[in-house]
Amino acid sequence: MTVEQLTPDQKTAEQHRFYLNLGPQHPSTHGVLRVVLEMDGEWVLNPQPDLGFGHRMHEKMGESRSWPQFFANVGRMDYVNAMAFNHGYAGLIERAAGIEVPLRAEYIRVITAELNRVASHLLWLGAFILDLGAFTPILYTFDDRESILDILEDITGSRLTYSYFRVGGVMQDIDDTFITKTKQFIQQLRNRFPMYETLVSNNVIIHHRMKGIGVISQEMARRYGVTGAVLRGSGIAYDVRKNAPYSVYPEFDFDVPVGKNGDCMDRYTVKFAEMEQSLRIIEQALDKLPDGEFRTKVKGKIKLNPGMTSFSVETARGELTFLLIGDGSDVPYRLKIRVPSFSNLSVMPELCSDMLLSDLVTTMGSFDLVIPEIDR
Amino acid sequence: MDNLIGTMARIISYAVILIAFGFANAIIMGYLERKLAARIQRRPGPMEVGPHGIYQLFVDGVKIIGKQLIVPKDVDGVLFRIAPILAFAPVVLPFIVIPFSQKLQARDFNLGLLFIVTIASINVLTIVMAGWASNNKYSLFGAMRSVAQNISFEVPVLISILCIALMTGTYSMQGIVKAQGNVWFILIQPVAFIIYFIAGLAETNRNPFDLPEAESELTAGFHTEYSGFGFSLFVIAEYANMFLVCSIATVLFLGGWHGIPLPFFEYTGAVWFLAKVYVLMVVMVWIRWTFPRVRFDQLLNFSWKYLIPFSLVNLLVTAICIKLFPLLKEML
Repeated sequence: MTVEQLTPDQKTAEQHRFYLNLGPQHPSTHGVLRVVLEMDGEWVLNPQPDLGFGHRMHEKMGESRSWPQFFANVGRMDYVNAMAFNHGYAGLIERAAGIEVPLRAEYIRVITAELNRVASHLLWLGAFILDLGAFTPILYTFDDRESILDILEDITGSRLTYSYFRVGGVMQDIDDTFITKTKQFIQQLRNRFPMYETLVSNNVIIHHRMKGIGVISQEMARRYGVTGAVLRGSGIAYDVRKNAPYSVYPEFDFDVPVGKNGDCMDRYTVKFAEMEQSLRIIEQALDKLPDGEFRTKVKGKIKLNPGMTSFSVETARGELTFLLIGDGSDVPYRLKIRVPSFSNLSVMPELCSDMLLSDLVTTMGSFDLVIPEIDR
Repeated sequence: MDNLIGTMARIISYAVILIAFGFANAIIMGYLERKLAARIQRRPGPMEVGPHGIYQLFVDGVKIIGKQLIVPKDVDGVLFRIAPILAFAPVVLPFIVIPFSQKLQARDFNLGLLFIVTIASINVLTIVMAGWASNNKYSLFGAMRSVAQNISFEVPVLISILCIALMTGTYSMQGIVKAQGNVWFILIQPVAFIIYFIAGLAETNRNPFDLPEAESELTAGFHTEYSGFGFSLFVIAEYANMFLVCSIATVLFLGGWHGIPLPFFEYTGAVWFLAKVYVLMVVMVWIRWTFPRVRFDQLLNFSWKYLIPFSLVNLLVTAICIKLFPLLKEML
């Protein structure tokens, strides 16, 4: 249909429509994501994400390298929660080659992965509130996150893109300083929570900005396969750590916070409550920490079983699945990585149509997107 | 002839002093804001240049003057260049009628308050010019938001000013200050003060109403394409605007230069005046670094559904009270 064939009303609507590029360089896309917005004034009619600016062929690299060669890559996919990706890949290779991991190593994995999850959530909390226009909270959350990074730096040697896990265990054992520092940190963060709650969670403007915005119904959440806090915010209590447990998670007592309405406020509350649950897991793991080996010796060249193997973990953003098809050699024939942010973003064109630009930014912030993870 | 030269000399010296004051205020406020923001965020703020970084703003000024003025392709050249200059001019002009003390005032005329309100609303026009000329959709968004915001918040500002005008029976700034010899109007008109201050925050595009610049949505709003001194003129204008809004609040509600008498009070009253103004400005900074931004429709709703009805009721009550108790007016 050409413009001439439209009725006068439609014609004006057509003329008022314009395109706006949100990104690749924009403060609230948190990375190189481009969203093409079809707009009418401040109203977003049709947002279309354009991906691939940070595509680095991680999957293909995984198909041409053995695990020691590829391990450094997994931490670079989601740089905010690298430990969960470590966990996923190490678990995958162990399952594919039938390697047993010492109990102490599993505990250390859980402790570090949960610490990293808290760090990721803290970064999200600050960045999300920054999207809403409040500048101050991010400096406080960064302060707390800094403590985690310091703790993890002592033990892993890096601050962001960890390659701490190994197939068969972890790189090195944790020591007493790590344990005392972690316990101190748990106390420190718990002292901070009331402040975040009074100043951020209970702020009247925050409530007005988030309640009823970007509502994902349960049906919609299932249809798009969203995961993580986005799914739990809609009221579906699915957490890989509970529903398909891996590592030693069944031994710990923790809750899966769920929301009711599936709006931004629910996603916010779910994520906020998850930090406390992670702290609970860390506490229990530190108390139960068994003695023993932190690593079983494995060779660099491991024969991977032919056939399909998959391994799922819960990252800070949702379910991460590694799927491997082996051909009997040490290099996977096919490595498929299913990342949480990708499926969370896929809901955007339907969810954010007919929404104000400010609400689109809020909704995108509540998804906690990490763009390099989407692009891989 | 002598008279003319004298008048000219006076006008020029006033203009120079007021523009200098505009810049000085921007430097003080810029430093104060950075330090206070740092304080709120548990960091030291500028510390390197001079003791506690007090020369930082001068160094920044030199740097920003040295910057290249980038005029992007396809902008409306004339409007793009003239907008920052025009943004700065109207905010300096109202300083003419502001009574810093009993004697320190460039001009006191009967319609002083109306003069300020009229001139100050030119500011929004320059924002539209900048936004339109930039040929950037984000800038245009910022400009359009700014217009809607200013139109809806001008109304409560004017109505709360009217309440005071009803009580004093004059628009002269000096006259309003003198009427507050016994009691400050904030005690008689607290509602008007609150409405004025909130609407003033919106008028100056400060957080939580900083929608024309909304960083996370519009990158930098109407000044996205500006760099160097063009950009800094907008910032100076913003601070001057803040000063203006706060000094009107001081004159109308906080008793202007009234305070504990100092020697040469006809001139030193300015100390009290400036102290009150800067306290209000610090409150503005405090609010900015504490609150998130409201959404656009919420902002307009807030004005039309809450501020305007409340200020109208307040005006009505004021008018009735003045009519019913004429004696009350004598007492003031």
